[in-house]
Amino acid sequence: MTVALSGKEMAGKLEAQFPASIIESSRASLIVKSEFLLRIAWYFKATPGFDFDYLSSITAVDYGNYFELVYHLVSLEHNHSLVLKTRCYERDEPVVPSLVSLWQGADFQEREIYDLMGIRFDGHPNMKRIFLWDGFQGHPLRKDYSDGT
Amino acid sequence: MAVSKRYSYSDTELDRYEGGVIEALKARSGEAIPDPDEWLDEDLSQNILLTTVDAVLNWARRSALWPVVCFPACCAFEFIAIAASRWDFARFGMEVVRASPRQADLMITAGTLTWKMAPQVKRIYDQMAEPKWVIAMGACGISGGLFKGSYSVVPGYNRIVPVDVYVPGCPPRPETLLHGIMMLHKKIAKRSLMQEGK
Amino acid sequence: MALKTEHFVLNLGPLHPSTHGVFRLRATLDGEVIVDIEPVLGYLHRGIEKLAEGCTYKQNIPFTDRLDYLASMSNNLPYVMAVEKLAEITVPERAEYLRVIMVELQRIVSHLIAVGTFVQDLGAMGTPLLYMFREREKILDLFEMVCGQRLTYNYMRFGGVSHDIPDEFLPALAKFVDRMPGFIDEYDQLLAENEILLARTKGVGILPKDLAINISASGPVLRASGVKWDIRKADPYSVYDRFEFDIPTGSISDAYDRYRVRIEEMRQCVRILRQAMEQLPKGKVLTEVPLKLRPPAGEVYAHIEAPKGELGFYLVSDNSDKPYRFHIRAPALINLTALRQMLIGWKLADAIIVFGSIDICLGEVDR
Ligand code: SF4
Repeated sequence: MTVALSGKEMAGKLEAQFPASIIESSRASLIVKSEFLLRIAWYFKATPGFDFDYLSSITAVDYGNYFELVYHLVSLEHNHSLVLKTRCYERDEPVVPSLVSLWQGADFQEREIYDLMGIRFDGHPNMKRIFLWDGFQGHPLRKDYSDGT
Repeated sequence: MAVSKRYSYSDTELDRYEGGVIEALKARSGEAIPDPDEWLDEDLSQNILLTTVDAVLNWARRSALWPVVCFPACCAFEFIAIAASRWDFARFGMEVVRASPRQADLMITAGTLTWKMAPQVKRIYDQMAEPKWVIAMGACGISGGLFKGSYSVVPGYNRIVPVDVYVPGCPPRPETLLHGIMMLHKKIAKRSLMQEGK
Repeated sequence: MALKTEHFVLNLGPLHPSTHGVFRLRATLDGEVIVDIEPVLGYLHRGIEKLAEGCTYKQNIPFTDRLDYLASMSNNLPYVMAVEKLAEITVPERAEYLRVIMVELQRIVSHLIAVGTFVQDLGAMGTPLLYMFREREKILDLFEMVCGQRLTYNYMRFGGVSHDIPDEFLPALAKFVDRMPGFIDEYDQLLAENEILLARTKGVGILPKDLAINISASGPVLRASGVKWDIRKADPYSVYDRFEFDIPTGSISDAYDRYRVRIEEMRQCVRILRQAMEQLPKGKVLTEVPLKLRPPAGEVYAHIEAPKGELGFYLVSDNSDKPYRFHIRAPALINLTALRQMLIGWKLADAIIVFGSIDICLGEVDR
């Protein structure tokens, strides 16, 4: 059984190393500030005991006044998982750091989020639309999207 | 959108050009599709032909309908099922599924069509030799089906190519598709050379 | 004097017979050698995630059917599991067993097509694929018995499955399960030692273990790279913890290993089916749930080991009757990430084989 690590406990462990980096933490997830995302992700990937070597999935949710990015991390070695999140309060030009340098599996998924949600990933090697064509207006998964019909 | 006259294009240029093609096709999709035989002038239709010639020609045409590869989505697997041994459309002289549109005269549109895909399908249709027919297979082929309301789906193939027979279902059972093919045979049998060009 | 040559861009697809759907590769070639290759996706992007936000939870089950249309049953399962988790619905035991039976049959179907089209890409036109379609039709008959559809089943419901199996189902399944190992042996005879298959797939398209993990590969692609990771064992769902089966893995991580892993997995499927049939309890197959289900606000992620890899659904509920966010973690899309690294430096003809060995389904890649 994959053990879901508690976001609250993780927050306690992170506090010393990355002060003021956490927005919120609960049993189910850990929400960090986006400027710390890359460093915290690296910490989780490289610290023995955590060894999150596998980034299972990335997705984004549009909550109106902010976007939330959800990262499902798994460690194949210890068989435990963690839901890491970050938020982006910008709507016109949202940018968050890319995790491709840590997990290449993020490549297509980040492009997908850029395409459908319009969030730009800083540091992504090939940031362009993946599903829709060049010239498509808007980002359909945003809640305020309408295609004019 | 005009393409610059250079030998090679960067990826971005290609993307932008392709995007332009899609948008142009989308803008035109509400218009009526012109008759491809329009260029045949009156001379031909004024010629006199015997009905038996028609019959032989139509028999030959309908007994060897060669489908072109056009399998965007799920319906493709029901199409492949009728190509496999159980339903075996080789019985109707159709087993040669052609990858080259120039050797085919039937397009069975097995699957959802998206705007991104539409220019390619249109091009394949344009490249097929006359006379040619189209069977819209499945709900998606007819109207966009389950995905009709989507921002990226073409609501029916008849927006971009003229359709002869509609086969409903999601996906249609192989028997249904065979029935559709039979209906197309009937349609071809009624065709007369005299009508061509009208 | 050295001849000056230029790189040359070749476009494969989107309507290309060996691309398994509307997939496109933009390859930059030096002669026959690939210097760069870029998959161009989206030719089947139907916007399911957006459409699902406008439909009720129950109306969304048919959308999941049309994701990986070669494995519709396996797509139903993680979605209903996610909603059940969110709304705390319990599933009768008999229904859990029926789900396992359907999903394992579906895995056989998916692997049959994967192997069949893969060897077809190698040049074995028709014959092996027709053999595999023969068995596929038998399984589709079983599915038709339980839900009346051949391809898009819409069989699983929140709290169980839509119908109990008819009386003829179990004898027919037993017959199939008895005969299937023989059929798999037959494929092995035809293919495993085939010289052309060996020559063209051994050592081709190697995906090293570390890279496989780093690109989040899953399913047979990950296991062929020597990682013993199967969600059925690692994070057992449904009643998988009650069955005995092995996880086949590869050692060289090449296209041949991926082919072998799929063949071996089919044998394991038969094993699971046998046990599931023996243990199948009696009883109800569906818990009553309200038609307009309103799960409490919250979020959930449920995943299963689908034939192509880890298929997950991430749902956000705002306590209305429609999901606020409906995200699909598509294994085939993510497995494709490695394609570029696996192909650079190889010949164009190998591209088709490596691509075929990943086994994708465009409905799921593009959604
Ligand atoms: S009609 Fe149904 S089965 Fe056919 S392509 Fe559309 S969704 Fe798929």
